[in-house]
Amino acid sequence: MDWGIILSNTAQSLLSPATMAFALAALGLAVHFGFAGLLNFGIAGFMAVGAYGYAISILTFGLPWWLSALVGIAAAVLFAVVMGVPTLRLRGDYLAIVTIAAAEIVRLLFLTTAFEEVTGSADGLFGYHASFRASNPFPPGTYGFGPWSYNEVELWVLVIGVVLVALAALLVWRLMHSPWGRVIKGIREDEDAVRALGKNVFSYKIQALIIGGVIAAVGGIVYALPSAVNPNVYMTSLTFFVWTALLLGGAATVFGPLLGAMIFWVLQAFLSSFLPALVASGILPLVSSAQAATLRFVLVGVGLVLLVIFRPQGILGDKRELTFVK
Amino acid sequence: MSSKKATPVKTSGLHIGAVEPGVKKTDPIITIDKVHRQFGGLTAVDVDHLEIPRGVITALIGPNGAGKTTLFNLLTGFDSPDTGSWTLNGRSIAGVPAFKLAKMGQVRTFQLTKALALLTVLENMKLGAKSQRGESFIASLFPFLWKKQEGEIAEKALRLLQKFKLDAKKDDFAGSLSGGQRKLLEMARALMSDPELVMLDEPMAGVNPALTQSLLDHILNLKQEGMTVLFVEHDMHMVSHIADWVVVLAEGKVVAEGAPEDVMKNPAVVDAYLGSHQDVDLGVITGRVSKGSE
Repeated sequence: MDWGIILSNTAQSLLSPATMAFALAALGLAVHFGFAGLLNFGIAGFMAVGAYGYAISILTFGLPWWLSALVGIAAAVLFAVVMGVPTLRLRGDYLAIVTIAAAEIVRLLFLTTAFEEVTGSADGLFGYHASFRASNPFPPGTYGFGPWSYNEVELWVLVIGVVLVALAALLVWRLMHSPWGRVIKGIREDEDAVRALGKNVFSYKIQALIIGGVIAAVGGIVYALPSAVNPNVYMTSLTFFVWTALLLGGAATVFGPLLGAMIFWVLQAFLSSFLPALVASGILPLVSSAQAATLRFVLVGVGLVLLVIFRPQGILGDKRELTFVK
Repeated sequence: MSSKKATPVKTSGLHIGAVEPGVKKTDPIITIDKVHRQFGGLTAVDVDHLEIPRGVITALIGPNGAGKTTLFNLLTGFDSPDTGSWTLNGRSIAGVPAFKLAKMGQVRTFQLTKALALLTVLENMKLGAKSQRGESFIASLFPFLWKKQEGEIAEKALRLLQKFKLDAKKDDFAGSLSGGQRKLLEMARALMSDPELVMLDEPMAGVNPALTQSLLDHILNLKQEGMTVLFVEHDMHMVSHIADWVVVLAEGKVVAEGAPEDVMKNPAVVDAYLGSHQDVDLGVITGRVSKGSE
């Protein structure tokens, strides 16, 4: 077993575009679910809208990369409004069903061959990097050390990713420690009580849906920045991975989603190197190395079950909340 | 709880002309006209005309299913009637959503207490305050715009919590309060908005006698401070103790109204609500105690 490779893969995933994309998506979901109590199972849809909005703007309309990112954000706002206006009057569980369907509709629209020229259908979109790389301020070279060694392009992606994660975390922290956040948390507890106190509950819910959706869309853009956009990424399983990261860190916290995303990807990277290595060295019987790689999802599932049972508030959640789980 | 004995000062001279269902008031705060609400085949509320007097305590009584809570929901914008109109201070408020009514100075509590469990007691209170600058999305990002107001709101909240003897609990989650404390919190929270009209849906339900006394004092204080109170209640002792005016609802209609002592003598009320055995011990009715043995 080559511990060097296993550990280096694991260490790399601590600071990868995927980790930061998940951190952003989980943070957006924290705004929806943890703070506003909106049971959104369509977070993959928001990520897809952001990523496709970004890629299509560059490839089809030839916009610069930063303007394209803004288009992706605007698309997420539109998606939130279109989905929210008819559904936010529904009760939580109905909203969950509608959001899961909305995310699937979005994915299938991107997958269908009807819009192949724009969306690339099953091939997805790629080769939209010129504008982003042209704006790279870092001269060519190798940066960092050990497992964290990057070329100038990777570094540029990471810097953008870290800045966006920090800005999003700051935004959510500021919002949730303001009277606005108090209303949002009140709505999570009991909408009717908040309505009786003179707050326009519907308007606040739409605002929360938009803000969380925009943060998740930025996550989708960060996911798409270094590589390609593929419709198969934005499946329902992505939604549940983001949920895992969120619950792991703590749903009603600002830094929980960030921590959760890191743990999720570090574990994924570790297990996807470690399990096949176990099979190769004959320690893990009965499975092939390809099966062993998938076994990690089983373990993640088991981990999630244990977490929800034994620490429902997440790693960073307030312990007192546990006593009053509804 | 409260040591000071409440001595309710009853207000009279509220009505114009003979006392009958739908009688005119000298100074109504709410006027209801032909409000009708049907759930499938069931007529829940069918009120022809009703005026709620200003500045006093009005009780809304009636048997279970009489439509008291439905009328409450209609008046507070939580439900909309099939037909009818009603006004607050002479201004039509039919079809106005609940949150706007609350902004207009009409605040309510709920039969099943709605404490916001995972917010602290103090946060619950602060949420009740009106026109907070920091509650708009853009302004919330710039604390210097709302920090000062937030401080004032916190001060006011603490004053009210002290009055309701909840100040020691201010940093606890509201979910950790007892049922009675939640009732107190809900009432205190409603007062954060400086309402003109306070509507209490069964404020005494499930509250022990000692706490009932303190809640009564709080309700009487509301009147003293110039607020109008409309409440739904089943406990007739409490109603006759603090109410200046009583409205009796049965099968969705106003069957009687008047001063409490008069209403309780009204045969229609005795039949519909109090029951013909109202003065008799329950043991006498069931036959376990012989009449007059006490």
